[in-house]
Amino acid sequence: MREVAIVSFAQSRHSRAVEDLNEVEMLMPVTRAALDQAGLEIADIGFTCSGSTDYLAGNAFSFVSTLDGVGPWPPIQESHVEMDGAWALYEAWVKLQTGSIDTAFVYSYSKASSGDLPKVLSRQLDPYAVGPLWLDSISIAALAASAALDAGSVTLEAMAEVAARSRRDALANNEYAQLRFDRPADEIMAEDALVGALRRSDCPPISDGAAAIVLAAGDRVRELSEHPVWIRGIDHRIDPMALGVRDLTDVPSARLAADKAGVAAAPVDAWELHAPFTHDELLLRRALAVPDDAVVNRSGGALAANPMLTAGLIRLGEAARQIAAGEAHRTVAHATQGPALQQNLVAVLEGDHS
Amino acid sequence: MTAAAPIPEAPTITLPGALAGVEGVTRVSTPARLDYDFTAGRATTTFLRGITQHKILGEACPICHKVYVPSRGACPSHGVPTSEVVELAGPGVLVSYCVVNVAFHGSVMELPYVGGLIQLEGADMFLMHLIQEASPDDVRIGQWVEPVWVDDDELAPTLESIRYFRPLDRADAVVDEAGHVTSWGPQPKEAPADA
Repeated sequence: MREVAIVSFAQSRHSRAVEDLNEVEMLMPVTRAALDQAGLEIADIGFTCSGSTDYLAGNAFSFVSTLDGVGPWPPIQESHVEMDGAWALYEAWVKLQTGSIDTAFVYSYSKASSGDLPKVLSRQLDPYAVGPLWLDSISIAALAASAALDAGSVTLEAMAEVAARSRRDALANNEYAQLRFDRPADEIMAEDALVGALRRSDCPPISDGAAAIVLAAGDRVRELSEHPVWIRGIDHRIDPMALGVRDLTDVPSARLAADKAGVAAAPVDAWELHAPFTHDELLLRRALAVPDDAVVNRSGGALAANPMLTAGLIRLGEAARQIAAGEAHRTVAHATQGPALQQNLVAVLEGDHS
Repeated sequence: MTAAAPIPEAPTITLPGALAGVEGVTRVSTPARLDYDFTAGRATTTFLRGITQHKILGEACPICHKVYVPSRGACPSHGVPTSEVVELAGPGVLVSYCVVNVAFHGSVMELPYVGGLIQLEGADMFLMHLIQEASPDDVRIGQWVEPVWVDDDELAPTLESIRYFRPLDRADAVVDEAGHVTSWGPQPKEAPADA
């Protein structure tokens, strides 16, 4: 395997609605910042890959408009995934493995504020049996939460702790996050249920935002960064589409991806888990065998800022940032997409050996 | 090469008695509707505000000075915000067009009609609009056209404030195979009379 490193990471200050900018205007400062960090222009980049979906803003080919923001003329090698930017990063990683390029640029963004997000997300369900029910994303999460509560896999108390810790950590550590406050778990326990067993605090915010990462391989890594963060392993797996054939209290595809990425080979200093709902984090902790005392989502995670198709890429960026800042040596980043943690990507990141 | 594994035969499905003789489902219809709030953003807001004042405002790249109209906010050659506002006179050259002979869902136009791609004088990007007051047979690439606006009291932040473009009596411009104006042609001796 060719060694690939994350050499820069930038993100926007996420908010409920960016009302004064269109998508390309929201994205441009972030792509600019990521390129500047690496000291690169788009002409220096071997391959550009983005993650977004036109369903969120309701704009046909919006990803083509946003490509203008990186300067794709004269023509560049470019691709797009209708997935979280974490999968765009995976495609770029594969491209770097071929040896045909030494640098790659990955970005993703979304303006979920343009539409009714829980309803929009229902459109990724199968169009024959479940899609026509307009089963929204919060209701699907509530189904999984109820199943996990019934099975004893999670408790409302543990979910409230995750909710409280995430926003508290965002307040302490992450100026880019959207929900940053110190609200104790016992207050969350007193909240009314919103959908099923889920309280409002168990749900992620709806966020507008963007993120970008520069990857490098070979000699370029040392030229571009003093503190490169190496991708030691990366893998993604998918559970079945039909909700009815899945055990919603488990995340087998995440476990398999973690196994293939080599998570268990050495101790992990910090985890960035893409867990939009509080029970998601508890299910992922079990699936990935995260120790009880582990550092999880120091950034606040998706419960503090959840730009669709971007929160997964941000997990990679945050896991890398902790290594680059010397806070950790070996971290795990996880990204998810689809209803109830259907699709999962896991990456193992490491700093230089001292 | 190893021999391909045999394809297993599809299992025979036995329906319960109550469903015996029921016609198979060959098609489902799943109506879907989603409503969105469009965010114009900084650049499109500049353009649409200009339209309400009877002005066509483009934006130029601060590096290459190409003028985009309407600007989406970024120069695709340089990946920077189009930060300089440029007012355009209005007339432009038809660089491509299409004669529409087939009605489609939601169509309100009388057939046939002409949709044109117009490079406004002073702009480096094309605007799409209707071409009227011209027989489809007389429309040609290189032809000068000018905007016909709605009455001032009907001006609104929409491109529909320009009702259509119509031919302008001016010597044709030269358009290359890639569809860009390479010579705007001789300038008119006198300004055309306003209708």
